[in-house]
Amino acid sequence: RQELLKWNGWGYKDSKFIFNKKGQAEFTGKRYRLGGMVLPTFKEWIEKTFGASLEHKTTSRASLNINDVPPSIVNEEFLQDLIATKISYSQDAEDRVFRAHGHCLHEIFVLREGMFKRIPDIVVWPVCHEDVVKIVELACKHNLCIIPFGGGTSVSSALECPEEEKRTIVSLDTSQMNRILWIDEKNLTACVEAGIVGQDLEKQLAESGFCTGHEPDSMEFSSLGGWVATRASGMKKNIYGNIEDLVIHIKMVTPRGIVEKNCQVPRMSTGPDIHHFIMGSEGTLGVVTEVTIKIRPVPEYQKYGSVVFPNFERGVACLREVAKQRCAPASIRLVDNEQFQFGHALKPQVASIFTSFLDGLKKFYITKFKGFDPNILCVATLLFEGDREKVLQHEKQVYDIATKFGGLAAGEDNGQRGYMLTFVIAYLRDLGLDYYVIGESFETSVPWDRVLDLCRNVKERIVRECKEKGVQFAPLSTCRVTQTYDAGACVYFYFAFNYRGISDPVHVYEQIERAAREEILANGGSLSHHHGVGKLRKRWMKESISDVGLGMLRSVKEYVDPNNIFGNKNLL
Amino acid sequence: TVAKQTTESLEMVSHFLFVCSQQKELTLKKRDEFEDILEERRLSSDLRYAMKCYTPVIYKGLSPCKPNALKSAVLQSEQVQYVIKQLAKEMGESPDIIQEEAMEILDEMGHSMQLGAVRFFAFTLSKIFKQLFQRVCVNEEGMQRLQHAIQEHPVVLLPSHRSYIDFLMLSYLLYTYDLALPVIAAGIGKADFLGMKIVGELLRRAGAFFMRRSFGGNRLYWAVFAEYVKTMLRSGYAPIEFFLEGTRSRTAKTLTPKFGLLSIVMEPFFKREVFDTYLVPISISYERVLEESLYAYELLGVPKPKESTSGLLKARRILSDNFGTIHIYVGQPVSLRTLASGRINRCPYNLVPRHLPQKPSEDIQEFVSDVAYKMELLQIENMVLSPWVLVAAVLLQNLPAMDFELLAEKTLWLKGLTQTFGGFIEWPDNLCAKKAVMSGLTLHANIALLVDGHVILNDKGVEDGAVGEIVFKRALAILMCATYRNQLLNVFVRPSLVAVALQMTRSFRKEEVYSCFSFLRDVFSDEFIFFPGISLKDFEEGCFLLTKCDAIQTSQQEIYPTDKGSVIVSFLSAMFRPFVEGYQLIFRYLSKETKEAFTEKQFVPGVRSFVFQLLEKGNTQCYEALSSDMQKNALAALVHLGAVKKKKTSNEFTYNVNQEAVNKILDMFDARIPVQKPVAARL
Repeated sequence: RQELLKWNGWGYKDSKFIFNKKGQAEFTGKRYRLGGMVLPTFKEWIEKTFGASLEHKTTSRASLNINDVPPSIVNEEFLQDLIATKISYSQDAEDRVFRAHGHCLHEIFVLREGMFKRIPDIVVWPVCHEDVVKIVELACKHNLCIIPFGGGTSVSSALECPEEEKRTIVSLDTSQMNRILWIDEKNLTACVEAGIVGQDLEKQLAESGFCTGHEPDSMEFSSLGGWVATRASGMKKNIYGNIEDLVIHIKMVTPRGIVEKNCQVPRMSTGPDIHHFIMGSEGTLGVVTEVTIKIRPVPEYQKYGSVVFPNFERGVACLREVAKQRCAPASIRLVDNEQFQFGHALKPQVASIFTSFLDGLKKFYITKFKGFDPNILCVATLLFEGDREKVLQHEKQVYDIATKFGGLAAGEDNGQRGYMLTFVIAYLRDLGLDYYVIGESFETSVPWDRVLDLCRNVKERIVRECKEKGVQFAPLSTCRVTQTYDAGACVYFYFAFNYRGISDPVHVYEQIERAAREEILANGGSLSHHHGVGKLRKRWMKESISDVGLGMLRSVKEYVDPNNIFGNKNLL
Repeated sequence: TVAKQTTESLEMVSHFLFVCSQQKELTLKKRDEFEDILEERRLSSDLRYAMKCYTPVIYKGLSPCKPNALKSAVLQSEQVQYVIKQLAKEMGESPDIIQEEAMEILDEMGHSMQLGAVRFFAFTLSKIFKQLFQRVCVNEEGMQRLQHAIQEHPVVLLPSHRSYIDFLMLSYLLYTYDLALPVIAAGIGKADFLGMKIVGELLRRAGAFFMRRSFGGNRLYWAVFAEYVKTMLRSGYAPIEFFLEGTRSRTAKTLTPKFGLLSIVMEPFFKREVFDTYLVPISISYERVLEESLYAYELLGVPKPKESTSGLLKARRILSDNFGTIHIYVGQPVSLRTLASGRINRCPYNLVPRHLPQKPSEDIQEFVSDVAYKMELLQIENMVLSPWVLVAAVLLQNLPAMDFELLAEKTLWLKGLTQTFGGFIEWPDNLCAKKAVMSGLTLHANIALLVDGHVILNDKGVEDGAVGEIVFKRALAILMCATYRNQLLNVFVRPSLVAVALQMTRSFRKEEVYSCFSFLRDVFSDEFIFFPGISLKDFEEGCFLLTKCDAIQTSQQEIYPTDKGSVIVSFLSAMFRPFVEGYQLIFRYLSKETKEAFTEKQFVPGVRSFVFQLLEKGNTQCYEALSSDMQKNALAALVHLGAVKKKKTSNEFTYNVNQEAVNKILDMFDARIPVQKPVAARL
């Protein structure tokens, strides 16, 4: 898999945004619907939004410079013991660097221009639960540090090795533990090894006519064990639930031994649920090896949709009403105007005059006839799933509510494109980096009544902080409401700016991101909805869960892992 | 951890002060230029001005809304509805009845701003202002800053309050500069403006809304009022204007701030319903205050005439009089967000729904109080002082008569000192001292006169009349004159209290002087404006300013007055002597003359007649102790010093004196104060 993926950016090697010889933007590869298409208005959007220009380019170095990589220091006795277990391992520099990071901006920046101070000394590939047990035993015996590695898509600095770690760091790559062990059609559960990647899991289940329905935006690369370790959330959680709703049973290997339950039941009252010590533990307690997860028959029918609202306020009010009536489709997302325009800029060249005529007509109808201001309006994208009949019924109910809030149906195609973009958008950062534009996303959850205030204030805070920190061009500061709940919503922010003229862009970026997080907390938002804490957001943990709360988590860690074998220093 | 917390809180305070001092430096570097807005009025048609195309600059996020829609939005708001339901449950009444009541409150309170009324005011006020005042000077840069601020965030205007003219003038000013007209919180006393039907209605239409002076305990009123203000603020409906001092200062000395309204306008930011809020301190100073004699009578306990429409018509007489120049300094807008950064624990606001009425935490209360004081200090710093203020200060130390030449000389000397202390004096470059004094005397002929080369107080008719009447007339003249000196006091208070402490302790040991300073600062904390809790910093500032004018030299442990400094030190302490002596008289009255429990209504006449008798007998010269303002402040000082207990009974406060404690405080004054004859202290 490492062969297929970029070493210094997001996703597949063959998929990326480029500017072709004509200076037009294009997305390469055949993996996505956007692949091979020309995006005629994208260049202009980039120039207008960021003040970036094609003349000012920075390039990443082409490959890793092996000499820069910190040497692998591994105790000989441990190596002998490891070889005796026949578990495959590597001390190769590229293998180790590949597992030394997630996808935070500063990590990618280091890959492009510098080197990590500390990386794993050795990578091991267990192929089953028993292998993991052996590795953890060896680590305890030789006092090593283990950092579990799944898909490597962390955006919380969770995979970064603590610089001050003197012990040998073992990167435990779960990717070879990727089998579905069994499927139980009567109870609709499947027992799966934790290293399986999201898209493989869905593909293999689909062969038997099932799915988990868990689709985080990173599902092409992230792993089941990673989902459990970070309390992941999927796009279609309205039907299938978040990871904590999906999981029936977890097996985890800790320095104390194996933790699991004695049965696979929907619910039990046996004190605090031990699963909740594991979910969100971010690799600090042990390695999740096997997970029994709920499955569902693959839905008969899927339909995308979209609705245009005159402004963001009306859109949020509509989503709130949908949540209130508990009729949210599998997914419902509301993007603000900036993101709507961004999506617009990523529209591929239309093939026929007829389509472009139709587009023009639509635009005319919405802006002129209905009086929507193209600089204020916003769009909700929808995904319905289930029986055909029920989907259509459901669709009508949702569109009826939308109408009450001034919404206009804007077609299936726009909806589908919106969801496709969430996979593609991650590739954009690599393009931006080539042209002095850096950016990142972050998320939070917030009660309904504070959604609007939080969105407005955080966006404004970002703009102000940029100005204060000497960023010369106004930043892109945009948000979308991506999940609805009974009591609130999940809000996702994108933030990017042109850093020309700034000597230490990553530092400036981090200061601004920190200010934005402060703003979120001051507005009653959470520290994280699904990205997790890692090392990036640790400083706010005490404030988030109180001193005593933190103490409770610490005491669990102390019991389970007294010698800090799982020493990635996340969370606590 | 305690130590850590203290250092943390110290850091916060110092951050806060850092923000303050940054602004201070800015204003010190360069004083803005003033522009006379009446000049153009005298040249072009008032009617055309009143009918001009008025397209004010407004808040960028404004959601436009009519006054009536505003009222119903307030009535339907979760906040008000919650309280209505709550009260209905408690009182067993139907919510409809309470809703009705809320509607009535809103009607009594609400404004109904109309452009027509605004134009009417623009026209008549032009006429009136031109008649009354020579010039109305405004710092243009301040207006430009305000214009930016209004577009960016909700704005709260915080003017000083010396006259009814204040809010009329401010609205007039904003109209002139094409800015959004403010909505104004005006207090309703028993028989204030609302009594004046026509004028009240006109004011409403010009954007005034009215709040009852006291609605202690009326939860419905509070909820409706607070929501009304917050709704206007959140929607950026208009700048909100109110007076931190709560009422017109009768003494021209800044009154200690009231916190209620300020905490209301700050709440939307605390709850992050707005990104930020600008607080704009505005200093309005009058060369001659319209109500000056009214105030003096009031302070002496002669009931003030009701503010009825007919009364206002009688005030036409005033129109023939000259009231000199008005200076309006619009201060730098202060970002609430900047002030609050690092100071507010956000948790309390995150854990309760935002529409529930919530008692502010101690943190928040402290913060609101700090901001209130800071704003008043900014008002003081930017307040333009006329030369007459200096004349009054010198004259009051040299009664009954002072040689004109000497007065002019001393006035010039005081001008230098005031500027050293950061006072903002409007004194044209080429103006000689004699001319300045002369023009002051012309404008204030009702206060002082030039007779045979000597300046005396204008207490005409003193010679003939009973002793009591003489005392009263003198008191009247002195109190009026003091109103002008008072404008200097807050600029002078820190160095002066150091000077007083130096004289009282007769010691050079810094420690001793400081403890005396600290005691005085505490006693006078209702009389003058001190930022809460930074006694040492105030002391250091006082010492620094005294060193700056070469009055003292300091070492690590000691403070010495210099040879030439003794003039300054005795002038400064004489400036504050009326307060030191006045407080002593009042404390003496309380320690000996009173029954156990009394109300404020009993206290003021009691202490007045006590002081009056002493004055009649010639046992004191402290006429200012007759001022009800000083009497109330002195009582309040004893309350916060713990020597008097204040208790709320039914609808009044009663006071209980702890004689022993008052005596102890008196001892602190008496034992240390050098007995000085008034003459000896003169310059």
